[in-house]
Amino acid sequence: MGAALARAAQWTSVPGSGKGKLELSPMNEKLLNDIIQFVEGFSGKHPEEGKLVFKEALSWESSLTSSAFTSGYDIGATEVTSQEKDESGTALSELSGGILKIRNLEQASNVLKLAKEKRIIETRMCLEANRDPLVKILGPAFATVDSEDSTIIRMVEKSKTDESRESALQLNLYLMFQQFDKRLLDSSMQEISKQVRLNPAAINAEVQLLKSFSGDGGNTPLKEIDFTSKDTFSNECRALPWRQVHGDICYILVKPHDGDRFCVTASTYGCYVNGGFEEETQQVKFDKCSEVYKDLVTLLREKSSKFSENIAKREFSIQEDISREFEKEATITSDQSAENEKEEDAPSEKQQKTLKDGGKKGKAGKDKKRTMQPSLKWKSLEESRKTEKITEQKRKKSQPTTNQIAPRRPSYFNRKTPLEDEDMSESSDESDEEEEIQDRRQDAGSDLPSEYWQIQKLVKYLKGGNQTATIIALCSMRDFNLTQETCQLAIRDVGGLEVLINLLDTDENKCKIGSLKILKEISRNIQIRRAIADLGGLQTMVRILQSHNKELKCLAAETIANVAKFRRARRTVRQHGGIKKLVALLDCQDTSSDTSKDVQVARSGALALWSCSKSTKNKHAIRKAGAIPMLAKLLKCSYEEMLIPVVGTLQECASEPNYRLSIRTEGMIEDLVQNLGSKNSELQMHCAAAIFKCAEDKETRDLVRQYGGLDPLVALLPQSDNKELLAAATGAIWKCAISPQNVERFQQLKAIEQLVSLLNDQPEEVLVNVVGALGECAQEPANRLVIRKAGGIPSLVHLLTGTNQALLVNVTKAVGACATEPDNMAIIDKLDGVRLLWSLLKNQNPEVQASAAWAVCPCIENAKDAGEMVRSFVGGLELIVSLLKSNDLEVLASVCAAIANIAKDEENLAVITDHGVVPMLAKLATTTNDKLRRHLAEAIARCCTWGNNRVSFGREGAVAPLVGYLKSNDPQVHRSTAQALYQLSRDPDNCITMHENGVVKMLLNMVGSSDNALQEAAAGCIGNIRRLALANEKARYT
Amino acid sequence: MSKKNHKAAEELYRTSCQKHYNKLEVEALIVSYQDLVGGSKMDRSLFREILHRKFNMTDDILMDRVFKAFDKDSDSIISMSEWVEGLSIFLRGTVEEKTDYAFNVYDLNGDGYISREEMFQMLKSCLIKQPTEEDPDEGIKDLVEMALKKMDYDRDNRLSRADFKKAIEEDDLLLEAFGPCLPEEKCACAFEAKHFGHNRMG
Repeated sequence: MGAALARAAQWTSVPGSGKGKLELSPMNEKLLNDIIQFVEGFSGKHPEEGKLVFKEALSWESSLTSSAFTSGYDIGATEVTSQEKDESGTALSELSGGILKIRNLEQASNVLKLAKEKRIIETRMCLEANRDPLVKILGPAFATVDSEDSTIIRMVEKSKTDESRESALQLNLYLMFQQFDKRLLDSSMQEISKQVRLNPAAINAEVQLLKSFSGDGGNTPLKEIDFTSKDTFSNECRALPWRQVHGDICYILVKPHDGDRFCVTASTYGCYVNGGFEEETQQVKFDKCSEVYKDLVTLLREKSSKFSENIAKREFSIQEDISREFEKEATITSDQSAENEKEEDAPSEKQQKTLKDGGKKGKAGKDKKRTMQPSLKWKSLEESRKTEKITEQKRKKSQPTTNQIAPRRPSYFNRKTPLEDEDMSESSDESDEEEEIQDRRQDAGSDLPSEYWQIQKLVKYLKGGNQTATIIALCSMRDFNLTQETCQLAIRDVGGLEVLINLLDTDENKCKIGSLKILKEISRNIQIRRAIADLGGLQTMVRILQSHNKELKCLAAETIANVAKFRRARRTVRQHGGIKKLVALLDCQDTSSDTSKDVQVARSGALALWSCSKSTKNKHAIRKAGAIPMLAKLLKCSYEEMLIPVVGTLQECASEPNYRLSIRTEGMIEDLVQNLGSKNSELQMHCAAAIFKCAEDKETRDLVRQYGGLDPLVALLPQSDNKELLAAATGAIWKCAISPQNVERFQQLKAIEQLVSLLNDQPEEVLVNVVGALGECAQEPANRLVIRKAGGIPSLVHLLTGTNQALLVNVTKAVGACATEPDNMAIIDKLDGVRLLWSLLKNQNPEVQASAAWAVCPCIENAKDAGEMVRSFVGGLELIVSLLKSNDLEVLASVCAAIANIAKDEENLAVITDHGVVPMLAKLATTTNDKLRRHLAEAIARCCTWGNNRVSFGREGAVAPLVGYLKSNDPQVHRSTAQALYQLSRDPDNCITMHENGVVKMLLNMVGSSDNALQEAAAGCIGNIRRLALANEKARYT
Repeated sequence: MSKKNHKAAEELYRTSCQKHYNKLEVEALIVSYQDLVGGSKMDRSLFREILHRKFNMTDDILMDRVFKAFDKDSDSIISMSEWVEGLSIFLRGTVEEKTDYAFNVYDLNGDGYISREEMFQMLKSCLIKQPTEEDPDEGIKDLVEMALKKMDYDRDNRLSRADFKKAIEEDDLLLEAFGPCLPEEKCACAFEAKHFGHNRMG
């Protein structure tokens, strides 16, 4: 109970300075009640301990008189003594001259019972007189100490040796007190946390608000309100430091409409009216002259009826809301103020210091507002940070849309920066904005770390020292953990970056090296990079690349590699001729030993080029500077540290077609394939990614096979832990699978089964490639069976429900390819895959639309009862016809193909005719794209079989352009066109049009074709035309 | 080139087991010695002037110490062989040799340790004095503490040769931690170019 009394109880004056008074606050009341309960119940529960005689009597000035005492006491005129005596014969309690003394707990409980309703007062008096009752009860050894307490241990030790009854009792009693103390502390803790505590910010805002509404007008809540003092301390309080210790925040002068001016003390526990404020002496009388209200508004409502009347009016409803918000805020900070309160008890050194400062300055300038903070810079930083955060959030919000627009690029391949895992997209000219706007500052509110001051000192020596001092300071600076953001930002914030970059402009190589060693480390931080670029560091470092000192060159290039991770930096490097100089570093004659300086220089050059190669213009510049043959040469070495940046650069640049060509012609594919077998997974990943990009070209795909690259690619598939590697490997497999010979090899390697097993639980980057690869493999009929047997079809159909556009394009393709097999189709149908495909026609992305429409074709072809199935899709036919309005040729071609298939079913044909398919198809007839022509002609041919569609096509002017298709070079177009013409020629008007357009001669040529279908259709068409002519002649001669 | 020089060079080359110079270069150094001495002796003041003119050294204390390091037999004269051997380390020494040499230079009283006081002595002019500061030496003391913290591995408040070597293995920038005692790369190249007609850079 000592601890609870010392900490939780609210004493009116500073504790420890002698006799204090316990305030009559609700919390103290609760505390006292708890104590009373404890004491009263004690002797009942623990009679033995209750009889234990105190070491010293608890004595206090009692309000009890002798008349209050009843039986069990010897009552005299002025004295009352208890009949119970201790061993030495002293009475266990006595009252004389108003002083009450008790010597054990039993007596204490008796006294409390006698005191009845006065018992609270008695307890309070007792505790006020005996600040640490335990000392008196058990002896001075038991004084409550704040630090670690070993009393109990000593007690136990003592009771072991000294087996007397008394010490055991003492121990028991002590333990009970301890428990009780803990309970008290707990309950007062709860009490405290329930209480709303005010803080300076809330009070300030409240006063400002009221001030803005106050004035002489009748509707205002107050005439005047203001603080007594304009000065604020660094903690935003206005009260003098020694009053802050009591929780005072500030004093507010209020002039209400109905009454005199009065002064309010705002303290952490509430607001109350104080003794007033004297203008002349600027003194506040601190006495409490009213109750404590929870906030200013409540107080003012009580004090001024006019206030509560006006405040209740509508105009001020806003204000109320706000003040309610303050309350919330105040609650939030309650923890903090609880802490403050702790400090109130024992002001820490730091606080005392601020108090001292505050006191000085508070006197110094009364009319100027001063904030007493160590550094104003940090405050402004805080503010700028806030605005930055807001813009950042805004930008982030607008980001998703851009992501959706360019979904094709698997983002994993963009993560290839050395030592970094920043996301950047391929030709990331557009994409690293996100990185550019990030600027996290240190929390300005938090205390500055000690490193900050130490680094500031070092920077001072860097500025004001000669070469020797500079070197010592640089070396010491490197002893800090430069990978830690605190240190990095500290260097920036104390102006260290400027000095470090200035050092690079000196003649002293040692200083330059020392400075670069630091810059290289701290430039891993995004903000530092930007700062270095802002300070013109890149230009200097580019200059250093020409230095004779190899170590210097190395460090400069490595630092550039770190800094050039955002677009502006890359541009700066290019514009200052950095690319050429970096490429020059690659010139390394002897790549055999890892340790030679030349190899290190080349490696650092490659690292920097890798970073730079993320901009398209830089890619060109790198090529122009003649880097490709040098990279090819470096690629031959066996030094992993070198290979990673080299391959990284290559795969970055392979997004450009001319690089892909060079990579092939310079013979790098062989080396890339060879390094696929490396033990370093990062290297493997970059090699696979490079192959992924290069294998767009057929020759490259063949080369990969010839150099035996397919086997190691497949061997990488079980690496399911490393997703980046897996994505790269599957990507390479996908692109390689475009060549049928490669598919054959994949078949032999059982790659398809492995790919199918990767269809589940993989990130999208991997899935896109896996599905793409399966789609390519499934072009081979045998593989469709393999996919089914491996159980791939349900997974594929399931992926149709996804949202990733790149993935959907590939999935639809794969599903379409699988659907060409009737057995597969049965499974797809069962899983409702066609419906899913059909709903993808609604997708925004034309690529997805086209791919889905293509996939629909084999489904309709191979599904049982396809007509019925198609009809069952509500609005499905209307949807597909409406896609004929698309501007995308691929979509149009695919939709025509789908319509050709749909039209096989007569009922469906009738429906799409109703949806106006004929004029829409006719409108497309003028196209020159052979793919579209072929499928369009097919669709027209099929649609002719319903009603008078043939006539309609003629009327819509589709016939003449169709005839023109026969001049195309594509035999596929010829076939479908001939079929369409054959269908159309059943209408005499169409025959005339065809004839006029010179169809007969062309068809005659086609009759001689080796394609049976074409032959037949051409012949049929000629037959129809001929029959018409005969009929004409007949008509003419009869 | 006179025959005498040639002979002397041969002699020197043999006796001092030159690692860094070939015979011709030793000869060139001998010629340079004779040019610089010009008939008299290479005493302290002449040597200091050479250091100043050719190698841009300015620190009095260190120049004296460099002289001591060259002057192996402590006769206050740099002999021809001392000149050649000294320059061998001065211009082309390995890191180990330079470490040893630098330690000798910095160990002002030659007791095998670089003490706090010695450091203070050497660093005392390396910060710009700010007249406003209460204790103008505070910065220097700070630097000394930093150097000790960085290099005094056995924490005996002074740098032993082993401490110094270890520190330089960790960070070769510390080779000239207490002031310039070796020629700048630029000067070294210029000197070699002048006397050999070529330098190690080829």
